[in-house]
Amino acid sequence: MKEFALLFRFPNLDHSKMPPEDYKALARKWQDWAGGIAAQGKMSSNGLRLALEGKVLKPGGVVTDGPFVEIREILGSFIVVKADSMEEATTLAHGCPALDTNGSVEIRPIFVA
Amino acid sequence: MEKEKEYLKHLFQQEFTKMVAVISKLFGLEHIETAEDIVSETFLKATETWEKQGLPPNPTAWLYVVAKQKTLYHFRRNKILEQKVKPEIRSRQQETVDIEEPNFSQENIKDSQLQMLFAVCNPAIASEAQIGLALRILCGFGIDEIAEAFLSNKETINKRLFRAKEKLRTENIKMELPPEQEIARRLDNVLHIIYLLFSEGYYSQTQNQILRKDLCVEALRLGLTLTTYEKTSRPKTNALIALMCFHASRFDARQTGEESPILYEQQDAGLWDKELIEQGIHFLYLSAQGDEVSSYHLEAQIAYWHCIKEDSKEKWENILSLYNQLLLVNYSPSVALNRTYALYKANGRQEALVQAEKLRLDNNHFYFILLGELYKGMDNVKARLHLQRAYELAKTQTEKQGIQEKIDDLG
Repeated sequence: MKEFALLFRFPNLDHSKMPPEDYKALARKWQDWAGGIAAQGKMSSNGLRLALEGKVLKPGGVVTDGPFVEIREILGSFIVVKADSMEEATTLAHGCPALDTNGSVEIRPIFVA
Repeated sequence: MEKEKEYLKHLFQQEFTKMVAVISKLFGLEHIETAEDIVSETFLKATETWEKQGLPPNPTAWLYVVAKQKTLYHFRRNKILEQKVKPEIRSRQQETVDIEEPNFSQENIKDSQLQMLFAVCNPAIASEAQIGLALRILCGFGIDEIAEAFLSNKETINKRLFRAKEKLRTENIKMELPPEQEIARRLDNVLHIIYLLFSEGYYSQTQNQILRKDLCVEALRLGLTLTTYEKTSRPKTNALIALMCFHASRFDARQTGEESPILYEQQDAGLWDKELIEQGIHFLYLSAQGDEVSSYHLEAQIAYWHCIKEDSKEKWENILSLYNQLLLVNYSPSVALNRTYALYKANGRQEALVQAEKLRLDNNHFYFILLGELYKGMDNVKARLHLQRAYELAKTQTEKQGIQEKIDDLG
C-alpha cells in the first residue's frame, strides 16, 4: 500500500465569526469524515492542524504577516492516508468537508525513501 | 461446609500471590518455583490441620507463621541453595535487618506484589505466556482454572508457565521497580496485561461465570494496586480502572442468561451495579489530568456513556466522536464496527450504510450482523443475505443461534 497526503485548502479559514453551534457541527463533520477513513484502516497519520496566523518569508528577506489575503486558498491542514492507487486515494477524499465550503483537497503521493 | 470451602479457596488464592511475592523477593525471582512449592505445602498443612482442629482465630497469621518455618527449613536443608543463595543473601545483609525470614508485613507484601507485577509484565516474556503467568502468580488462580479460562488443558498451561518462568531466569529479570526514566514505558506494558486479563474474563468463551467474574475482579485489584504508588498512579492507570469499573458494573446484568451473554440492548439497567459506576466516574475524573489521551481514556468514556441507558442524540454523538478518536490511536476491526454502529445511532441509517459498505471486513461475522441490522426494515432481502453470511462465518453454536433468531425476526 502506498501513502498519499491529502492537503486541504480553503478560501477562508477564519471561523471566528461562525456561530458556535455551526462551528461545532463543522468540527464534527470533519471528525466523522476522518473517522470514516480510519474505520477502513486507511488512515496513516492524522497530520497536523495549521493555525490561521503566520508569516511568509519572501526573497530579499521580506516578511509579511498572515492571513494570506493575496493567496486565493490557504493551506489549512493535511492528513496521510493509505491507498493502493491514486484513484483509491481520490475516492477517499470524496465527502471531505473542505469541499462544502468551496475549498479543495489536493492528493499527492508520498515518496518512499 | 460449602461456605467454608469457598472461604478457604478465596483465602488461599489471595495469600498465594502475597506469599509467593514476598518469598521470591527474599530469595530472588530465579527461585520462584521454590516459593510456589513452599506456599503450596503451607496450604496443604493448613487444610489438614484445620480439618481436624477447626479454623484458627487468625488464619492469615497462621499461614504466615507456617510459611516462615517452611521457608527457613527449606533453605537451610537444601545444600545447593545453601551454597548458591546464602552468599548472595549475605551480600544483601547490610540492606535488610530481617534476612532469612520472610517479612509478611502489610508494607512489604504491598511492595513485593508491585515489584512482582512489573517483573511478570516484563516485555521480554511473550504475551500469551505472560497472561498465564499473571493469572498464576499475580492472581493466584489454579492451573485447572487457567486451563478453563483459555479453553485449554492443564498440560499446555503447565508448559506455557514453565517457559515463562524459564524466561524470567534467562532474561535475568529482577523483582524491582524499573528506574525512573523507564517507568512510563514499562507501565504501559503492565496496563496492557491488566487490560488483557480483564478482557479474558469479560469476553472469555468459558461458561464458568464465577471464574470469569473472578478474573475481572482480580484485574481490577491489580489496577488498584498501581494507584497506591505515586509513580504508577498515572492518568492512564486511572482511565483503565474507570474502564474496568464501568464494564464490570454490567457484569451481572449481562450474565443472567443461560448460555450466551445478554446483549446491551436487552439488559435490565436495574441490574447494573450503581456503586461500580460511581467508582468508575471517580476514576474517570482522576484520569482527566495531563495532556495524554490514551486509548484507555477513550474506551473509559465510551463505557461511561453506555452506563446511561436512555438513548439520546447527545449520547451517540459523543460515543461516535470517541470512536473516531479511538480509531486514530488504535485501529481494530471491532472498533471500526462499533464506530459504524455509533454512526448509525448518531447520524442515521443512510450515512452508516454508505460507510459500512466501505469497510469490507469480509471474513468477520460481526460485520455481516451489522449490515443485516442496518438493512433490516429497509431491504429485508439484503438483510437476510447478510445475516445468512454471518451465520456461515460464526464459529460457535451460541453465536449461530443468536444469528438465526435475527433471521427469523425478519419474518
